[in-house]
Amino acid sequence: MQYEAVIGLEIHAQLLTDTKIFCGCSTRFGSEPNTQTCPVCAGMPGVLPVMNRKAVEYVVRTGLALNCEISLYSRFARKNYFYPDLPKGYQISQFELPLCEGGYLEIPGNGSNTKISLTRIHLEEDAGKNIHEGSASDSFVDLNRAGVPLMEIVSEPEIRTAKEATDFMKKLRTIVRYINVSDGNMEQGSLRCDANVSVRQEGTKELGVKTEIKNMNSFRFIEKALDYEIRRQIKVLQEGGRIVQETRLWNSEKGITESMRSKEEAHDYRYFPDPDLVPIVFDTSWIDDIKANMSELPDVKKERFMNEWGIAEQDADLLASERSTAEWFEETVKLGADPKAACNWIKGDFMKLLNEESIQIDESRIKPGDLVEILGLIDRGTISGKIAKTVFEEMYKTGKKAGIIVEEKGLVQMSDESGLESIIDDILVKNTDAVDKFKAGENKLMSFFVGQVMKETKGKANPKIVNEILRKKLG
Amino acid sequence: MELYNLSIEELQSMIKSGKAGFAEIAESVFNRIEAVEDRVRSYVTLNKEEAVSLAKQADNDTTADEKQALYAMPLAIKDNICTEGVKTTCSSLILQNFVPPYESSVTEKLKAQGYILTGKTNLDEFAMGSSTENSAFGHTRNPWDLERVPGGSSGGSAAAVAADECIAALGSDTGGSIRQPAAFCGVVGLKPTYGRVSRYGLVAFASSLDQIGPLTKCVKDSAILLNAIAGHDACDSTSAEVPVPDFTAVTGKDIKGMKIGIPGEYFIDGIDKEVEAAVREGIKQLESLGAMPVEISLPHTEYAVATYYILATSEASSNLARYDGVRYGLRVDGDDLIDMYMRTREEGFGAEVKRRIILGTYSLSSGYYDAYYKKAQQARTLIKQDFENAFNEVDAIVTPTTPTPAFKVGEKMEDPLHMYLNDIFTISLNLAGVPGISVPCGFTSENLPVGLQIIGRHFDEETILKTAYAFEQSTEWHKRKPDL
Repeated sequence: MQYEAVIGLEIHAQLLTDTKIFCGCSTRFGSEPNTQTCPVCAGMPGVLPVMNRKAVEYVVRTGLALNCEISLYSRFARKNYFYPDLPKGYQISQFELPLCEGGYLEIPGNGSNTKISLTRIHLEEDAGKNIHEGSASDSFVDLNRAGVPLMEIVSEPEIRTAKEATDFMKKLRTIVRYINVSDGNMEQGSLRCDANVSVRQEGTKELGVKTEIKNMNSFRFIEKALDYEIRRQIKVLQEGGRIVQETRLWNSEKGITESMRSKEEAHDYRYFPDPDLVPIVFDTSWIDDIKANMSELPDVKKERFMNEWGIAEQDADLLASERSTAEWFEETVKLGADPKAACNWIKGDFMKLLNEESIQIDESRIKPGDLVEILGLIDRGTISGKIAKTVFEEMYKTGKKAGIIVEEKGLVQMSDESGLESIIDDILVKNTDAVDKFKAGENKLMSFFVGQVMKETKGKANPKIVNEILRKKLG
Repeated sequence: MELYNLSIEELQSMIKSGKAGFAEIAESVFNRIEAVEDRVRSYVTLNKEEAVSLAKQADNDTTADEKQALYAMPLAIKDNICTEGVKTTCSSLILQNFVPPYESSVTEKLKAQGYILTGKTNLDEFAMGSSTENSAFGHTRNPWDLERVPGGSSGGSAAAVAADECIAALGSDTGGSIRQPAAFCGVVGLKPTYGRVSRYGLVAFASSLDQIGPLTKCVKDSAILLNAIAGHDACDSTSAEVPVPDFTAVTGKDIKGMKIGIPGEYFIDGIDKEVEAAVREGIKQLESLGAMPVEISLPHTEYAVATYYILATSEASSNLARYDGVRYGLRVDGDDLIDMYMRTREEGFGAEVKRRIILGTYSLSSGYYDAYYKKAQQARTLIKQDFENAFNEVDAIVTPTTPTPAFKVGEKMEDPLHMYLNDIFTISLNLAGVPGISVPCGFTSENLPVGLQIIGRHFDEETILKTAYAFEQSTEWHKRKPDL
C-alpha cells in the first residue's frame, strides 16, 4: 500500500520595520532584556495601539509578490490567552478579514514548476520571551520582542514531500528578502515555520489525522523533521495504529519529533474584533503605488538572465537567488561587462571569497566597476587569466583597483615575442633531455616547457604566445 | 458664598478683577475637602501638597492673565484616568499601588492649560457599577443625602463637584457613568460623542463604549472643559479627525424653533413619578423657550440593556486580562504560574468585576459567540439606526437621565439586574456613540436632584450644550446646594 503525505505550512516572518507594530519602540535584535519597551508594548493600563503603516505596507507588498488578493477592507482581532510573555493577555492578530487572501508560490517540480496555493497572509504582533535561565526558582520575561510585527503566511495543504516543504521555505525566504520585508533569518527566529502533516493512501481524497510540528528552525531541520514525521505516521498506520491529533516538537539532537504534552489542547481563543483599532480600508491607488514601486522578483530576473544574456539556468538561479547578488551582477553588465564572463567570476572566485567571510556581495570592497576593469585587462591581454585570479584576491583583500595592483606588482603580461623567444631558447638549452624525449613523441612534456617559462617569468608570460613559440621551436 | 462654591467662569472673573488669588481658591477648596470629605468620601487620593504649591506659583506668574481658561483651576480626575506620578487605582485592589509612568492624553491637555489636580476620585471598580459601591476603597456618599449613593461609576467626581470639593471634574462614561451620577448629585454631566475625546490613558472597561467627559457645576463649565479635552489624538486610533468648534460660543444662543424629540420608550411604567413629573416640567420649560417637542420612537430601546451587557462585558473580559500579576499591580504568589494567576485575580478583583469578566468570557466563547456577541453587535446597529432615523426629524432628543432618583446605599447591591436597569436611559447613547448631557431639572419631595438628558447627533455637542445652557439659565435648579 502506497502512502502520500499532505503538508500545510504556517510561516511567521518578522517584518523589517524600524519600530514595533503599535508603538515607537525599536525592533533591534539582541539588546539587553526590556530595554526596548514602553507603556504600550508592556500592556500598561489605559494605553492604546496605533498601527504601524509600514508593517501594513510590507504585508501588502508580500501579498503582491505572492499573487494574493489584497483585501480592500480588513480588520484586526484579539486572540485571548494568558501567558507571561503576552503583556495584554491577548495578541492583536487577524481572524476574519485578513490583509491578503489566496495567492500561490511556485517551487521547482519535475520538469516544470509546481504551484502551491496560499490560504492567507495576515499581520499580527509578536509576543515577548520567557527566560528560564538565571534562577532555580524564578522565570523572567523579556518584552523587547513583544509588539514586533509578524506576518503569518498560511499555505494550503498542497505540499506532498519534505523536500517540497523545504523548497517552499527557501523560495519564500528569497522573496521576502528580495522585496525587503523580512531578513528571513531563521537562526534569530525572524523566519519560523510550523507544519501540519498527515498521511493518506495514495489516490484517496480524504485527509488523515494531522499533527502539528513546531520548532524547526533551519531548512535542514524542516526536511529532517517532516521526513521523520511522515515515516512515523506511515509506520503507525501500517501497524494498525491511529494517529493522535497533537502538537509535536522536533528534537534535533535525537533526530525525532516528540509529542508535546499540551495544556493548550482545545484552546478557545475567543477571537473578537479589536475595538481599539479601526478597520483598514485601502484605496486601490495606494496598492497600485506599492505594486509600481516593487522590485523585480527573483523568477523574473532569472528568466531575463537566461533569455537576454544567455546565462545557463543553474547559474541564473544562483545569481537571482539573492537580490544583492542579482543587482550587483546587473550593474557589471550595465557597465559593459560580458554577462557570461561576469557570471563566471561571480559564481566562482568571488562567491568563494564571500562565503569564507560569510558576507553579502554588496558588503565586499569589490564594486561592480572593479570587476568590469579586471575583465577589460584580461580582454586586452594586459594580464593573463591566471594572474587575474591573484589580482582579484588582492583587490578583495585591499580594495585596490586592478590596474594599480598590476602596476605595483609588475604583473603586466609578457606578450613581446622576441623577449619570450630568448627566454624559451635558454630553457630549451638547459633541458636537452626533455627536448629529445618530446621529439621522440612524449607530447605531454609540452606542459613542462610551458611551466618552466611561467616559472621564469613569474607567471606573466602570455600562455598563448608561449605555446606558439614552443610549437614552432620544437617542430 | 465661598470661593469653593463658584464655577470656573465665576472664578475667572474674580481673578481678573483681583478679588481672589489662585492660592486662595486652592486653599478654599482644600478647606472644603477637609470639612466634608470624611462624610462624602469622594476621593481615593488627594494631591494637596502639589496643588497648593502650583497655586502659589500661579499667583507669582505675571503672565497668568494670558493663560487659558483652566489655568490653576482645581479639578478632580476620576481614578481610572492615568496621571503620571500620581496613583491611579481604578478603585481596585489589583491596582492599589499603581503609579502610571505616563500621562493620559486628557490630563496632558489639562496640564498644558496649567490645571491643578486636587486628587483622584472614587469609582465603581474599573468603572463597573452605578453606585460607586463597588469600590475597594469605600463608598462615596451622595452629598444631598448621605444615606444614598451618588450614582456611578463616576460617583466620586459627581459627589466632589456637588459637595464643592473641586471646581469641576472629569469622569468616564461607558453606559451612563457620567450622566447618571450627575443626575443623582444635581450637577451637569456630559458624555461627548464617541471619538470626540481621546481615550489614551483611560483605563479601558469597554473600549468601543468608553468616553471621557466633564462633570461640572454649570453648563458653561462643561463647554469650557470640553474645549480643553476634545480633539483628535494620534495615540488613539478611534479618536475622530473632525474639527473642534469653540463649544462655549453656543451658550447664550436661543433655541427657538428647535425640534426636540420625546421618545415614548423613555417614559415607561416603573419610572419614578416624581422624576417623570420633573422631566415633563422640564420639557414644558424648553417649549416655553421656543423649542418644539415632537413625539418620536426609538423602537429598539428595549434591547439596549441586554445588548450593552453582552458587548461591554465581552470587551471587559479581554481588557482586564492584562491584570495578571506579571508586570505591575498586585501579585499573589502561587504554586505555579496558573495558581499565581488565579490567586492574583481572585484577591485583586471585586465581585462585580469578576461577574462581568465571567459573563464576557462566556459571550465570546466558541459556540456562543454567534448567539451572544454577534447578535448583540447586530442589535447595536439597529439601536444606532434608531437614533439616525430620529435625527432626520429632530435636532435633539430629551429624556429623563435615570428612572429614579438616588437610591439608598446597599439597596441594589444584592440584585445586579436591578442595578443594571438604572442605566436604561443612558446606555443606548453609548451603543450609538451619540453625545448626551444631563442637567438638573428639579427635585423630589425628599430633596433629591432629578436629571434631564439631552441627546444630540454625532459630533453635535454644540446643540445639546446650547439647549442645556438655555434651559439652565431659565431655571434655578443648578443654584441649589446640598446642606452638608
